[in-house]
Order: sequence, then C-alpha cells, then structure tokens
Amino acid sequence: MLAGGGLGRTPVIGSVINEWLEKRHLLTYLEAILRVYNQHGRRDNKYKARIKILVKAMGVEAFRDAVEHEWALVKDGPGTLTEEEIARAKSFFTAPPYVELDGEAAAAALQARCAAEPIFGNWVARNTLAHRVPGYRAVSISLKATGVAPGDVTDRQLELLADLADSFSFGELRTTHQQNMVLADVAASELYTLWQQLQAAGLATPNIGYITDVICCPGGDYCSLANAKSIPVAEAIQARFEDLDYLYDLGPIELNISGCMNACGHHHIGHIGILGVDKKGAEFYQISLGGSQSKQAAIGKILGPSFSQEDVPDVVDNILDTYVSLRQEEETFLQTYNRVGIEPFKERVYVKTH
Amino acid sequence: MSRLIRQGQISSDTWLPPAADAPVAPESHLPTLNQWQALAEKTGSAVQIEPGDGINELLPMLAAISLVAVNFPLFTDGRGFSYARELRQRGYQGELRAVGEFLPDQLHYLRRCGFDAFQFNDESRLEEGLRQLDIFSEHYQGAIDEPQPLFRRRS
Repeated sequence: MLAGGGLGRTPVIGSVINEWLEKRHLLTYLEAILRVYNQHGRRDNKYKARIKILVKAMGVEAFRDAVEHEWALVKDGPGTLTEEEIARAKSFFTAPPYVELDGEAAAAALQARCAAEPIFGNWVARNTLAHRVPGYRAVSISLKATGVAPGDVTDRQLELLADLADSFSFGELRTTHQQNMVLADVAASELYTLWQQLQAAGLATPNIGYITDVICCPGGDYCSLANAKSIPVAEAIQARFEDLDYLYDLGPIELNISGCMNACGHHHIGHIGILGVDKKGAEFYQISLGGSQSKQAAIGKILGPSFSQEDVPDVVDNILDTYVSLRQEEETFLQTYNRVGIEPFKERVYVKTH
Repeated sequence: MSRLIRQGQISSDTWLPPAADAPVAPESHLPTLNQWQALAEKTGSAVQIEPGDGINELLPMLAAISLVAVNFPLFTDGRGFSYARELRQRGYQGELRAVGEFLPDQLHYLRRCGFDAFQFNDESRLEEGLRQLDIFSEHYQGAIDEPQPLFRRRS
C-alpha cells in the first residue's frame, strides 16, 4: 500500500506504508488511512488538505504507526472482505469470448503482410502490442496527429471508433491517461482491415510512445485556470519532430505539458515536462527533465529559467541533441539522463539561447 | 431557546454556545474542551469540541458525559465526522450533537457516523435537514447506524 502521492502544485511520489496486505483487509486498511487523515490532516486549508501533505508533515514512519493504530481498531471487523464478496466483485471483470487461434500461423501471416506493406508494418510495430492470448494484439489508437489538439476526437471519429470496437474488439474501447484510445483485443488477422479504416479517418499516426505523443492539458485556449497556452506548444513540438526516422531514432520519450501548476498535463512525470508560467503578465515555459510514470516513478528536475513560447521547440531540440550526443548504444533518453544527470543538458541549452 | 433536530424531530434546547474566553464556562454555556477539563464534577457534563481537539481527552470519562457537541466551523472541514464515529466506537452513549455550518444534505451522513442531534447556525435549514435525514434507504458501507456492510447482509 502506498500513500501520500500526487501531482498538482505539490508533486510527491507515494510512500510505501505497508509492504503486503491480505486482500480481505483492503477496506479496513483504507478506512484507517482516511481516519488518520481526517484526524490530523490540514482540513482548515484547501491547498494543504491532502494526504500527501500530511504524510510529509508527519513523516512516513509516524503516519504508518498512526494507520496501524487505527487499523487495529477496525481490523477483522465487519468491513473485512469475505471470499464471497471478492468473488462477486471479480465476476464483473470477465475475459471476452476469445476465439481459439493458431498464434504462430497468425504471427507469420501478419509478418508477411507487414513486409509487403511497410506503412502498415510500421503502424503495427509502433501502435500495437503483443497479447497474452495467442493470435490477438492490443491496438493503441493515436490521437496525436500533428495539427490536432492532443487527445481530441471529432464526433465522426468517435462514432467510427465505437463501430470499430464493435467489429474488432468485443465492443470495448478504452481511453487512456496518455490521451489515446485502446482496442485491447483485436485478432491479428483483422489488423489490416482495422488499420485501413483508422488511416482513412486520420487515426493511424504511428507515434505511440514517441516524443510527438504528447500529453497536453487544454491550457489557456480553453481553461480559465491556465497561466499559459499549451496546445500551440504541443503543436510546435510535433511539427519540429515530424520526420519519422528521426522520431524513431530518438526512441521512447514522454513529453508532458501543463498550462499551470495544477498539472493536469502531468508535466512532473514527463521525461521532458513543460509547465506554463505567468511572468509579469507574459506566458513563459519552465522545462523539467527526468520525470517518470514507470514503476521507478520520479518527479522531474527543473532545468533552469523559463523560456518564451517561440523558443520551446529549439530548447527541446537542444535537449535531444544533447541526448543523442551522449547516449551509449541502445540507451533511451531517460536512461541517458539518469546516467549523466541534468548538467550537460543545462550547459547546452543555456549556452545556446543566451 | 435554540431549535435543533434531535432523535429525528425538531425540538428545542437551552444550551448557549461556548464562551471560549472565560476561564470557567458561564452558566448555560457549553464548556469548551479546556473548560470541561477544569470541571470538578463531570457526571452529567456537556462539552463542545472543535476541529483539531480530537476525542482522546474525553475517552476516560465517556460514561459520565451526557452531551458532546461537535462544532463544524466550515462545511468543508470533515474532522467532526471522524470524532463522532470514534466516540460511538469507543462506547459513548450520550447525545452527540453536530453544531455549526454543516449543510442539510450532510445530515444523513452525519447520522451514519453516530450523531443524533443537529443544530444549524442557520435555523432556517432545520426543515430541509429533516427531509434529508432519511434521504437514502440503503448503503454499501458499514457505519455506526448499520455496522454490517451491504455485502455481509446480502444472502
């Protein structure tokens, strides 16, 4: 069990407060956490009324002790989950009626098709994932075509996606926090037909997990909380890295943009994070590096003074040039950053722009 | 005379709000936690607790106290919900009264946590509060009013 994590104006990585909990204790343990928060949390101040603030203030050890103390009072009480209740809850999460397919034959046929049509092959390589069930693949639908606000779909596209979900993925379409969509259970033999329809609707951009697959909040164009616009910044970056060969050469990079410190674009956990700030009435952008949403979660480190909107694509370019010049063998951007630290990036970026 | 909801109906009461500045609670005023602690005789006593007071000071004397008022200075400060639940869990059986700025649509949940009396600062909310008291007939979660969660009551 982890507690005290969150983004927003005070980004914190959650702390492990219990290494292992039997599932029947889940509800009573959660109740104990909330009880401790309600007893000691800063409910008097809406900016500090957060579990993460309390865990920081008390310290993880003291918070854990307080939770254990409260838990002892409710542990094994009526809130303890029964086997029947766990089974009942599980019954809502069933696998779709997969067809038994010859996985090897399906993979061979798909490979032949990919070889014959490289554009399709590239999409399969970038936007689909191996599946635990033989003969199936999971498909990510990129909502990150350059020139469209990241994550936007039109009504017609959404109608089409609903139909495609019915035709190809047991009627289920998932939306993701990366602002894309997923058809989780597509037979490999149907990928080509699916891809043709996606392509015709502008939904087959082969960039899942690359730098143009930006997470971006609505920003100043739509949001009254924003300090700065974010969509034009995303678009400028997408335009800058449109060359697919370069895009793939850069490898997996998560770039996240928020137009204010409330962090709806999750900029703290982007490998590259961009935060819109207001400097004396003008829009500026602060850049951070090294954030990660992986199991080794990390909050990015601020590179230095902020930049004007026009400079952002150049700055990102400089950061990536630095990476390319420093990377060893197959190292990703994040791996290189973690090895060399922020200094080489800082030197390059601020020498260039000043 | 102030009006309040008690045991599911509108009734009246003579307690006045605490006079926090006085070293000793004046006659008819609810004692603050500090004033209550200074009382020589706690049998049949009343006390008003504030967010942040917690209930630990009351625990040794729960059987002697006949009224605990829990103040909600703001409806956004939910600590009083926990105080009620903790007091009832530790065996408090006297009147447990929510006072202050809570909202009518919180009454149902306040009662789930063990409150049996509700005194709004704004008395015009009483009728609406009464309507809200039984707004839901069934709950998933166990609480003071029904400790068994729904999953233990399904057959």
